[in-house]
Amino acid sequence: MKATKNAESEKTLAEATAKANKQYNSAPLKGEVLPDSPAAAKPQWLKKLADGKYLLILVCPAMICLMLFAYFPMYGLIIAFKEYKPFIGMLESEWVGLSHFERFFDYNYCWRMIKNTFLLAFYNLLWGFPAPIILALLLNEVQNMKFKKWVQTISYMPHFYSVVVVVGLVKMLLSPDSGIVANLLGSLGVESLDILAEAKYFRTIYIASGIWQELGWGAIIYLAALTNVDPQLYEAATVDGAGKMRCLWSITLPSIAPTIITMLLLRMGSIFSVGFEKVFLLESAPTYETSEVISTYVYRYGLTSSSFSYGSAVGLFNSVVCLILVVVSNYVSKTVSETSLW
Amino acid sequence: MVEKKFTVGWLLRNAVLWFVIFIMIFPFLYMLSISLSENWDVMSGNVGIYPKVDGKFGATLATYEQVLEQPLIFTAYKNTIIYTVLGTAIALFVLTTGAYALSKKRLPGGAFMNILVLITMFFGGGMIPAFMCIKWLGLMNSIWAIVLPGAFGAYNCIIMRSFFHGFPKEIEESGRLDGLNDIGILWYLVLPTSTAIIATIGLFVAVAQWNGFFGPLIYLNEDTRYPLQIILRQIVLQGTNTEESAAEVVNNKTAGDALKYATIIVAIAPIIAVYPFLQKYFVKGVMIGSVKG
Repeated sequence: MKATKNAESEKTLAEATAKANKQYNSAPLKGEVLPDSPAAAKPQWLKKLADGKYLLILVCPAMICLMLFAYFPMYGLIIAFKEYKPFIGMLESEWVGLSHFERFFDYNYCWRMIKNTFLLAFYNLLWGFPAPIILALLLNEVQNMKFKKWVQTISYMPHFYSVVVVVGLVKMLLSPDSGIVANLLGSLGVESLDILAEAKYFRTIYIASGIWQELGWGAIIYLAALTNVDPQLYEAATVDGAGKMRCLWSITLPSIAPTIITMLLLRMGSIFSVGFEKVFLLESAPTYETSEVISTYVYRYGLTSSSFSYGSAVGLFNSVVCLILVVVSNYVSKTVSETSLW
Repeated sequence: MVEKKFTVGWLLRNAVLWFVIFIMIFPFLYMLSISLSENWDVMSGNVGIYPKVDGKFGATLATYEQVLEQPLIFTAYKNTIIYTVLGTAIALFVLTTGAYALSKKRLPGGAFMNILVLITMFFGGGMIPAFMCIKWLGLMNSIWAIVLPGAFGAYNCIIMRSFFHGFPKEIEESGRLDGLNDIGILWYLVLPTSTAIIATIGLFVAVAQWNGFFGPLIYLNEDTRYPLQIILRQIVLQGTNTEESAAEVVNNKTAGDALKYATIIVAIAPIIAVYPFLQKYFVKGVMIGSVKG
């Protein structure tokens, strides 16, 4: 259904483009002011189309990109319900209903993966969400502008390191035989331990390095919200005898609450989608017990061993859960605080 | 807000902030220091925050020479620059034209198209259908598989759209009276006053392209086309690509570290070098993004 609609709209787009080009070539630039009077006889929608034809031309590349790289893959999700055979093709492959999903739920490690995905994202939110707020609150109190600027510049930096760099750093700093952490512990007489190969430390490492990378960057938005707080409020409160903590509790936090809620909402939606690249690079066979998440499974099982249909089904399950979570958290926030994403 | 200095709170706050500074900058300094040190000093394990040569403070570029001797590192660097420049140019073209049109009420079907953009923020086909799509389009192992799929990002589009939304209607009207069509208005009137937002979005896209890892991993299969991140992974995480002979393995365990750190430095150097000067644009981008369209 979507496809036919697309085809239609693309057809009209093409027509409009052709027409526009013709006009552009024939009429001098002056004559291009949209003529009102002769068009009056035409139906309303044609008039609208003529009025917006240049806008349609402008939007063309974007829509083509969107169709090819966003909606075409979505359409490709039908293979999750088929038994895809490369030689037969996507459309002719046989329908198999929900059997791929059943196979996934029957898989031994299915619940472990779901649990891992959820817990990794949940702990990441639990620890990663408040950290930038705290940094912003601290920075907001700093009077020395130069020092503040320094802290900001330095703490934004890791945000720009690639995943490969961050994981590389983590792995080398924590390496049991040459890493600085092992060296330090060694000089204290603590036996070095390959914590990268221990399943129980995986989440900690993932989350701590995530906080390290995004702490400063995440604070920007709260710092901006904090500058909008009316300083007179603080003055009035101080006159009334309010202390620092009281100001924080009764003025600062309520003032930035909308920002906090919006950010939380954005993060809530992603509670079931973990940073695939980082997990993929950071995990190793010994840590699968805590590190194997749905997306790495899709990559390892679906893509590298070419079980396209099964992999798509597992991926679709993940996306749908994500979508439901966004919608639910948005609904909750709409009713509770009247803040909404759309 | 007059404040007494040297209270407990002041002390605590500064301690935390200095700790943050330390944690953020230490890995970088440590990498720099190891990569600039003599191999022997690295192996003896006494290099800390500053580089050492023969046990004393000093620096040598020997490791960096080794990095440049790595096979494929130049090709990878060149590839990354090409992907970044081309990807950013394409993305900016698609984003500015698209976002400008989408910001206009007059765009026929505009409401529907805006919803199409919004949906992609919350739902997508996922890894495997995207992979099959690239395959079906015949883009496998080509530069287009790297620069095209991310070109029209919904998030960037929405930031730009809300910016264009705020463009004064009067100026557009005056352009129209002067005989400009929408394309002319965008080119002659809107773009010259939107350089800040274009630079901001361009920087976001460029950083994403520079750091891009997964796309190249699954779409490219020829090592002469690999960008820096793939080679970086081979050297740093997989330990391949470094020509180790069996006898050298023992020595290389730590000397290899210097090489790895140096490779990382080489890979992030361009970003580190330009970042302080462009910081305000990045920050601006976050702010505009927070005001949703």
